[in-house]
Amino acid sequence: MQILIKGARVIDPGKMDALMDIRVDNGVIADIQPPGVILPLDSAVIVYDAAGCIATPGLIDMHVHFREPGQEYKETIATGCSAAAAGGFAAVCTMPNTCPVNDNAQVTRFILSRAAEACGVRVYPVGAVSKSLEGKSLSEFAELKAAGAIAVTDDGMPVRSSLMMRRAMEYATGIGLLIISHCEDLELASGGCMNEGETATRLGLSGIPNIAETLMVLRDIALSELTGARLHIAHVSTFESVRAIREAKRNGIPVTAETAPHYFTLTEEAVGAYNTHAKMNPPLRTQKDVNAVCEGLADGTIDVIATDHAPHSPVEKAVEFDHAANGVIGLETSLALGLRLVASGVLSMTGLVEKMSSNPARILGLTSTLSVGVPADITVFSPERAWTVDARQFRSMSRNTPFDDWVLKGKAMLTMVGGKVVFDEMT
Amino acid sequence: MQAFTKKDILDMTSLSVEEMSLILDTAERMKEISERPVKKVPTLRGKTVILFFYEPSTRTRTSFDIAAKRLSADSISLSGSTSSMVKGETLLDTARNLEAMKPDIIVLRHSSSGAPYILAKSLKASIVNAGDGMHAHPSQSLLDMLTVREHRGKLKGLRISIIGDITHSRVARSNCVGFSKMGAHVTVCAPPTLIPKGMASSYGVHVTHQMKEAVADADVIMMLRIQKERQSGFFFPSEREYSRLYGLNREMMAYAKSDVLIMHPGPINRGLEISPEVADGPHSIILDQVTSGIAVRMAILYLVTGGA
Ligand SMILES: [Zn+2]
Ligand SMILES: [Zn+2]
Repeated sequence: MQILIKGARVIDPGKMDALMDIRVDNGVIADIQPPGVILPLDSAVIVYDAAGCIATPGLIDMHVHFREPGQEYKETIATGCSAAAAGGFAAVCTMPNTCPVNDNAQVTRFILSRAAEACGVRVYPVGAVSKSLEGKSLSEFAELKAAGAIAVTDDGMPVRSSLMMRRAMEYATGIGLLIISHCEDLELASGGCMNEGETATRLGLSGIPNIAETLMVLRDIALSELTGARLHIAHVSTFESVRAIREAKRNGIPVTAETAPHYFTLTEEAVGAYNTHAKMNPPLRTQKDVNAVCEGLADGTIDVIATDHAPHSPVEKAVEFDHAANGVIGLETSLALGLRLVASGVLSMTGLVEKMSSNPARILGLTSTLSVGVPADITVFSPERAWTVDARQFRSMSRNTPFDDWVLKGKAMLTMVGGKVVFDEMT
Repeated sequence: MQAFTKKDILDMTSLSVEEMSLILDTAERMKEISERPVKKVPTLRGKTVILFFYEPSTRTRTSFDIAAKRLSADSISLSGSTSSMVKGETLLDTARNLEAMKPDIIVLRHSSSGAPYILAKSLKASIVNAGDGMHAHPSQSLLDMLTVREHRGKLKGLRISIIGDITHSRVARSNCVGFSKMGAHVTVCAPPTLIPKGMASSYGVHVTHQMKEAVADADVIMMLRIQKERQSGFFFPSEREYSRLYGLNREMMAYAKSDVLIMHPGPINRGLEISPEVADGPHSIILDQVTSGIAVRMAILYLVTGGA
């Protein structure tokens, strides 16, 4: 089966930015030529007219929570993959805080087997740093890696012990496994449920100060410098964290970082009158932090946009604010929110593709390119198409988004993984 | 008389100056009922008031209960332990169950800030916030204002100093909003650990850490209860030191105006934040606050049901 994507602006960062036709044959990119050169001779060729669209290497979301195993009423691997495909993602990295925790090869293999039955979006499981995320003993990194884990993290439950984090990093260098850190000093966060500051004070909610994140960012950077281990910092939300990472990179410490669309789009004011769909960890911060995150994206301090897609049902969200679970879903709005950064001049279109595909691929050791001979992971999106977010229409099983009813511009039209179309809004 | 159009009383922020004045004026008239030999009028006969106290509070619940009974409403008390909240039912589930009993008013006390909003959004009954987390306690603030107004004849231009654990106090927050709206000047005073970030800018109040500064010049000094548990959160080193720096005692009263009014929302930690001779002294209007509480709550129940 051959597929021809015609007339898209093809952006392959560092390699190509031009109007091109792409021919996919047998799951791989067979040819890329200026418009009109490739002729669809065979009747078995499916032709997509992608004029006005942008075609990029398949987008990668390196931070999602699919709730399988354990909380399939929030999201399964199948529904999560379907939501990813609809958002233009060809690959995702799933966090290990499932039930049971992905701290052993068996769970990793289970996730991969479920993923194989899903729509085709590539799933890269991330294993746990510590057994049961308890921060007491290390999980078996080598076994996790052999089973298919692409990195390790205790996301959601920060590694408290500095000694354990040091050993985890040292040990990981021997295996060549990336450590992803959810940076949070739980004591400084002291049970807070939103950003510390004026809004929390007005609402009578206990606050989480910026330093709860930044202190751990500083610790982990120092440990990365000590051990030489590659460190990836998850969901950066504060001005001070951006500054610390910028400084670390300047000093040659092997650190990379991601932020999520809500951190460059929303401030703490989105909490409004106790809106639990604006509750996540780390919390939404102030305009100063939003500006710093945007600057960090612009100057390369922050390498990646990842969603921290965290599905929850009304059981966890339609409750008192302090009792509500942390997290928002993001797969189906991420690209459009990223395109706002292009519209506002924070990123170039190529820059956005780097943050959503090339850079996560580089950090994770994956391929992200549109060259002849590589598996055809391709995202085609319309940068101009306006649409209204309607959470009820999401492919995700959950509805916990702070962007419901927003009018956004830009939408995935075609998502292809290894030549297989996993999402199609063109035909 | 002007009409009161609010379905709910959730916080001081959502009440206008006119609405606050109307509640206070109505409360003043209600006071007379409590002076009668038969302390009951038929105003709310046939109305049902549910006192839903998810967090225990004998004082506030009793005050609302008496208020409802003096207006001839049927009042039913439900506490967190007798309701099904403990069995994993959500607040909204419980509230819908309550609604099915057709109450006219639900008075809610809850440990979570914002909980009354959840009820107000989804129920037809009037919701009266009897204290939510660290957020708001509008009936307490209104009764404080009524008490001060009775003693001073006005609120505008008065200097109110609120001294104590501001961070965890819904009374402080509601009084900062309420008194400021009525034209009084509010100062809050506590160690820096017990003043939340952005207090001055979000409430438009003056912040000081010096007790003397808060006491001098004040027309009203409002002391807040200090909870001993706060020591474990490192908010202050010891009760002894707290009391020395922020306790209102005879020595500190020497810096106060000669006609200063002393208030406390209760219950009092005698000898900790306020010394017995000050609490029981000539400046204290603490018991007047209790009396005003019933009148203000009668006014609230009366007005949210449409003043009918
Ligand atoms: Zn996290
Ligand atoms: Zn996460």
